[in-house]
Order: sequence, then structure tokens, then C-alpha cells
Amino acid sequence: MDFLVQQFVNALALGGTYALLGLGLAVVFSVLGLINFAHGELMTLTGYGIFYALFLGLPFPVALLIGVALATVSAMLMERIAFRPVRNSSPTTMLLTSFAVSTILHILFQNLISARPKAIPIPDTLAGAVNIGTLQIGVIQLISIVVTALSLLGLTLFLKRSMLGIAMRAAAEDFNVTRLMGVNANMVISTAFAISGLLAGVAGILWLFQRGSVDPLMGFLPVLKAFIAVVLGGLGSLSGAVVGGFLLGFIEIALRAYLPDDALAYRDAISLTLVIAVLFFYPQGLVPRRESVR
Amino acid sequence: MWPTSHRTVPTSRRQNKVEPSMTLLAIKDLVVRYGAIQAVRGVNLAVGKGEIIALLGANGAGKSSILNACMGLAPKAGGGIAFDGVPIERDTTEAIVRRGMTLTPEGRRVFAGLSVLENLEIGAAASAELRRRSRENREAMFELFPRLAERRQQLAGTLSGGEQQMLAIARSLMSQPTLLLLDEPSLGLAPNIVDQIFDLIASLKTRGITVLLVEQNVELSLDIADRAYVLAGGHVVMAGSARELRASGGLERAYLGAA
Repeated sequence: MDFLVQQFVNALALGGTYALLGLGLAVVFSVLGLINFAHGELMTLTGYGIFYALFLGLPFPVALLIGVALATVSAMLMERIAFRPVRNSSPTTMLLTSFAVSTILHILFQNLISARPKAIPIPDTLAGAVNIGTLQIGVIQLISIVVTALSLLGLTLFLKRSMLGIAMRAAAEDFNVTRLMGVNANMVISTAFAISGLLAGVAGILWLFQRGSVDPLMGFLPVLKAFIAVVLGGLGSLSGAVVGGFLLGFIEIALRAYLPDDALAYRDAISLTLVIAVLFFYPQGLVPRRESVR
Repeated sequence: MWPTSHRTVPTSRRQNKVEPSMTLLAIKDLVVRYGAIQAVRGVNLAVGKGEIIALLGANGAGKSSILNACMGLAPKAGGGIAFDGVPIERDTTEAIVRRGMTLTPEGRRVFAGLSVLENLEIGAAASAELRRRSRENREAMFELFPRLAERRQQLAGTLSGGEQQMLAIARSLMSQPTLLLLDEPSLGLAPNIVDQIFDLIASLKTRGITVLLVEQNVELSLDIADRAYVLAGGHVVMAGSARELRASGGLERAYLGAA
């Protein structure tokens, strides 16, 4: 029983990180129709931001804030510099632009910083575990779950209560009609990128807590997972990205926990097979995107 | 093929001519092109303050393209559009809305996943001033459309077609336009609902709102319009007062012959 609960906590923590990353991809996709493959580099930027902040002797919490702020600002700059000029081009052009941005950032990280991992010392308090009855739960897992829950709550409030949030939901359904309401298109898109950067920053911190170092390719694997989560949930659907993220987290943890040792090497293959199986029955994803009927 | 120049009705059109200072919307030699397809081929039309103007014509005549071009949503390949004397052909859609012109698009296109209230709220997004007044304007809309008032918390996607059309018009009115462009408001609606919608459009005049109406329903449009333009194949083929057009009997030809 304890083992099961423990794995459940692990799955929530991992799934939450995927959900935040998936949400970041989905927010941008919902208003722009672009899967931003440079999203992982925003995580990496967070890592380097924290690394240099600590290097300068700033306190740990301040370093975290700097990391998230760096990802948020970088996401908005990415939009302004790389994506706005090609906004009215074909989706393929935008997709290739995102690959270009990703590659350019990789190379910059490698050449200007280092190809080798940079260690980020995590404070001891975070490395510990708390005992709840007979359960032992890692502080990092707990933080992951709490931070994910707070982020989801904050984003939901923003989307439901603020005019800009309502405009973003409207733009996700029908961008042109949203502009007919006098909503500034640049503002909506810029906000979408800011939110995606913020989420990438937060997810980046949770990811760093698990691995304790940052390297130029740090963002590659998680953004791939996030992409799978988004497809699983339904491209462009925000709640879908969350559902997809958690489902993927649960599948991965379940396989890690219950697969026999010999089969562990095939973990990713099996988890992707399961994803394909889900898509076979729900080709639009689990929570399909709502779009106005034209 | 129709000639590019207007084949106007020969009666006393001069009476109906709008004085330049009273012109709210002036479209000159407008050309709209989607890739290789030319949807609008040099259209001139004018909408005077306080008028209801109908834009008639068969499917594919270029009516919707003209409205979309006015709002900066269709690719303009030539010509000019002036709103209240100011050229707007280079403005963004949102800037045009702020100037006081907006469009209720064909097929209603309400935000299905947003509640009725949210749909109205976003209608007031254009300026801080509108947002401040949005609550009181919303209540005014609920007075105008009591059926929406009963459904304010409901998702717009769950409304009937007629209710969605009412919501779409109310949403446009939330930006307090001086000129409202309406694209096929009767499309797919039951006859009694269509009558209601047309009564409402006619009543906009008393609220000081000018209307440019694109419609398939010729009879009803001529009932409420002051003047009308008939389009075929991207050209204006007839123009005149509603009465003149109805009397001329050339409308059927425009629908059947030209396009």
C-alpha cells in the first residue's frame, strides 16, 4: 500500500511538470497554431539564469526568481524577434522558425557557456524527505505538486477573471473575431508567450531540482514529453494539456515501478505504444479543442 | 459580363446622393484578391451617416469580401477606404474597431466556450473607456435582448441559432460602433426570428447607428434599407434607393444572370 501511494506521489510530481510544460506549448498553439519547439530552451535558460545568479552570490530564492523572469522575458523576445515577422506565413514556416531558434540557442549555450553540465547546488532542506505516518515523501516531490497546483489555479483564475484572460480564450476559439472585438492581436500573442515562458521557467526549476545541473540540451527531452502530453490531451486544448501531462506522468511512473528489470530498457517504447493506443481510440485527443463552427 | 460603371436606375438618383460631409464610409475602386482569385473588382460605394444600406447579390458576388476588407480582414489589392473622412485601408482590425466601425460576421461566430456574459464583456475590450462602461452597456443589451438576459451564465455554444445571432449583434454593439457591418444576419434562422432580427436592425437607426447590411434576403433588406447596391461578379451592377431598385425589376437578372 505504501509503495503504491509513494508511486502515486511520484506520478503526480512528474505528471505535474509535464502538465506545466504541455500547458506552455498549448497556450501558444491555441492562439497562434504554432508548436514552439524552442520551448525547451526556455527551461535551459532558466537553468543558466539560476546558475549565474548563484555564481554571483545571490540567495537561492532570488536566483529562482531570476531564472523564471529570464524565461518569461526570453519567450516574449522570441515572439517579437523570430515569430512576429513570419506570423502570417504558413504553419510550416513558423514550425521551422521554432527549430531554428532552438538550434541557435543550443549553439550559443555550447559556445558561450559550455557543452558540459553546470552543477546547481540544491539546498539540503530540499534534498530531504518528510514522514507522513509510515510514508516517506521527498520534499522536492511535495514542492512539485504544490507548485503545479498553484500554477494551475493561478492560470485558471487569470483565464476566467481577467479581460486579457477571456480574450485569450476567445482568441483560441476564433482569432479574427477576437480582433473584431478590438482586442489587440499583438497583446494576446505576446501574453501567450509570456505565460508559456513563465510556465517553462517554473517547470524548468522543478526539472532542475530532480537533476541538479544544467546543460545545453537540458530542455530537449522534457519538451518532447510535453509535446506528447499535448497531443495526448488534444492539440490546442489547455485542459487537455494538463490531462495529457498527468496521464503521461502516470504511465511512465507505473512502468518504472512495475516493469520487470529486463524490460526496463523498453520503457519509453512501451509508454509511446500506450500513447498511440489512446490516440487510436481518441484521435482528437482526450479533451479535444473547442473551435467555433465556421 | 457587366460593365465596371454603375448601371444606375435612370430616375432621380440625385435626390438620394449623399453629401460628402455626411459620408461615413467611402469605398473607392476597391479590389480584393485571394491568390489568383479576384473577389472584388473595383467597387465604389458610399454610406451616409444614419443610413441603412443593403449590399445585395448572389453567392460569390463579393459582398462579404467588401465587409472583410473594410475591417482589414481581407487582402486588399487596390483602392481606398475612408471612415469618417480618415483613410483606414492600412489600419489593423483592432484600430478600426476603436474608430467606431465593427462587423458582425457571417455565421454568427460567437465564442462557443465562453458564457453569454463573457461574450458581451469581450465585446467591450476595445478601450478602457468601454471597459468602464461595460457593466451598464451589458444591462442595456439585456434590455434589448431579454432572451439573452435569461441565459447570461450559459455557454454561447448551447444557445439556439437565433439567440446566437442576437448575442453576436449585442457583442458588436458593446463596442458602441457608429457604423455596424452585418454579414448575412438571417442565415439559417427561422422566419419569425429573422423578422425579429430585422426589426432590431431597423431600430438601430434610432440609436444613431449606421448600418451596412449584406443579405441574401432581398425583400426584407429592401424593406428596411434606405438605399442598396447590387453586386455581381465583384462589380456593382446596380445602385439606387430601395424603392427604385424594387420597381426596376432588374434584381432577378443580377442574381440569375451575372455571376
